[in-house]
Amino acid sequence: MAIVNLQNVTYQYPLTDVPALQSINLQVEEGEFVAVIGPNGAGKSTLCYTLAGFAPHFFKGELTGTVEVAGNESQNSTLSEWVLNVGLAFQNPFNQISGAKYTVFEELAFGLENIGIPRQEMKTRVQDAMKLTGISDLADRSPYSLSGGQQQRVALTSILVMQPKVLVLDEPTSQMDPIGTREVFGVIHGMAERGMTVILAEHKVEWIAQFADRVIALKDGKILLDGTPAEVLTSPLLHENGFGISRYTSAARQARETGLWRKQELPVTLEQAVEGFSSTFAKGEEQG
Amino acid sequence: MNIEIKDLHFTYPTGLEALRGISLTIETGEQVAIVGQNGAGKTTLVKHLNGLLQPAHGHVLIGDWDTGKHSVAKLASRVGYVFQNPDEQLFSKNVGAEVAFGPRNLGFSAEQVQALVKDALALTELTDKTETNPYDLSATWRKMVALASIISMDTPIVLFDEPTTGQDAVNVARIANVIAELRARGKTVITITHDIDFCAENFERVIAMSQGIILLDGKANDVLGQEETLATTYVDPPQLTRLGKRLGFRNTVRNQEEFLNNLQGLG
Repeated sequence: MAIVNLQNVTYQYPLTDVPALQSINLQVEEGEFVAVIGPNGAGKSTLCYTLAGFAPHFFKGELTGTVEVAGNESQNSTLSEWVLNVGLAFQNPFNQISGAKYTVFEELAFGLENIGIPRQEMKTRVQDAMKLTGISDLADRSPYSLSGGQQQRVALTSILVMQPKVLVLDEPTSQMDPIGTREVFGVIHGMAERGMTVILAEHKVEWIAQFADRVIALKDGKILLDGTPAEVLTSPLLHENGFGISRYTSAARQARETGLWRKQELPVTLEQAVEGFSSTFAKGEEQG
Repeated sequence: MNIEIKDLHFTYPTGLEALRGISLTIETGEQVAIVGQNGAGKTTLVKHLNGLLQPAHGHVLIGDWDTGKHSVAKLASRVGYVFQNPDEQLFSKNVGAEVAFGPRNLGFSAEQVQALVKDALALTELTDKTETNPYDLSATWRKMVALASIISMDTPIVLFDEPTTGQDAVNVARIANVIAELRARGKTVITITHDIDFCAENFERVIAMSQGIILLDGKANDVLGQEETLATTYVDPPQLTRLGKRLGFRNTVRNQEEFLNNLQGLG
């Protein structure tokens, strides 16, 4: 049974003319790692907000259809109940930090205080989560004295401590350098391996190809493609619709025209590209 | 207008030694990308070019002006700086006024300001948004407003700090077009970026920094091929550069055209 179930969901922000999401049908199984891609303005963040209950509970506006997580309906719940179902790490960590706490440790305990977790358990959960995301050394720093990449990690950790049933991440590495990106994808991958359901809005297709079970391509508030990373990330529809694609896919597609890429499927990752081009090369030698 | 940096050192009040002896010449019209891990000193270096920071030791010349002897306001006529976060630089009630602010402050005549604004808006594809409040635009378009408001100042040197962060493929292509046009106009463009594929496809010269010093400086192909040295500042070579290496190319390639040419050579 699907843990996330969106039936015919259309959502429109207040004071806008066009719905940001249109007739979305989406079922996500427990433990699935789903990546959501799309150009800016496609509705990725709105989908994240809808899953997390912010739309419509916080942003108001009009939502039709049903948003169901673990058998509960978002429309029948309050936001404070809903946070136990779905945890959302914002794209911009500055918008997420409470502003009410002096240290990272207190910031991470903030959500737990609000749901009445006993003090000792709170401490353990904060410490464990910090270890998981590699920020234990930031415990006593002010959340505002951190770099963008560090704040993003604090924002992610503050969601993990809540132990939600579904983890929703909106471009969690947008402020990070390549090493930070690699580390955060390592953390997310680890969460998925432990059976956490993860929904990730992200531009970085090479990482998605390596870790996600499934990819959804959004365009103008609608689902354009829904399938495995190999199917979706190499679809010719992506480039035509302004999605970013891997350089490996693009180079192999052009090489195919001159017979220098002979495999049926196009590559998304370095390893797939190396393998495919090497096989072209090996066959060439046999023929010669 | 050449940029001349000689033995530049800078230490923040916290004691952090952010630059530890940078010497560098950038000629008129060069397109330079600066790469390196967070904290390498990239932004600190660039902030010396328009006088936002002053050297603790050494000096920085913009043409014949020593940045230590001229105000930031005066340096603004030679060096335009597009911040990483557009929200840190936008404040006007509509896009047209935002883009006119810079050239008006540099003392251009009303007609000149009008012409510069028109040109900058056209270049950044914002002409139809002239009357819009910047904060009614998406983050993608606010980024373009930030670019336009610097381009309209018509400075010989333009600095970009992480222009592609959070931008989708369409807007990255738009930003690449702007940089290509600035190059065609003979402007010097210096860009800080983590986006190594964007760097490879749009810049002829690449500087890799690490812990306050210059690690590598040269032609893009020469720098981007040095996988081991780049790894010390946590930079991965571009995707097609890595692929070329793995396939045993003798040359370092950095874009699709070079990659396919070398591939044909293999077959």
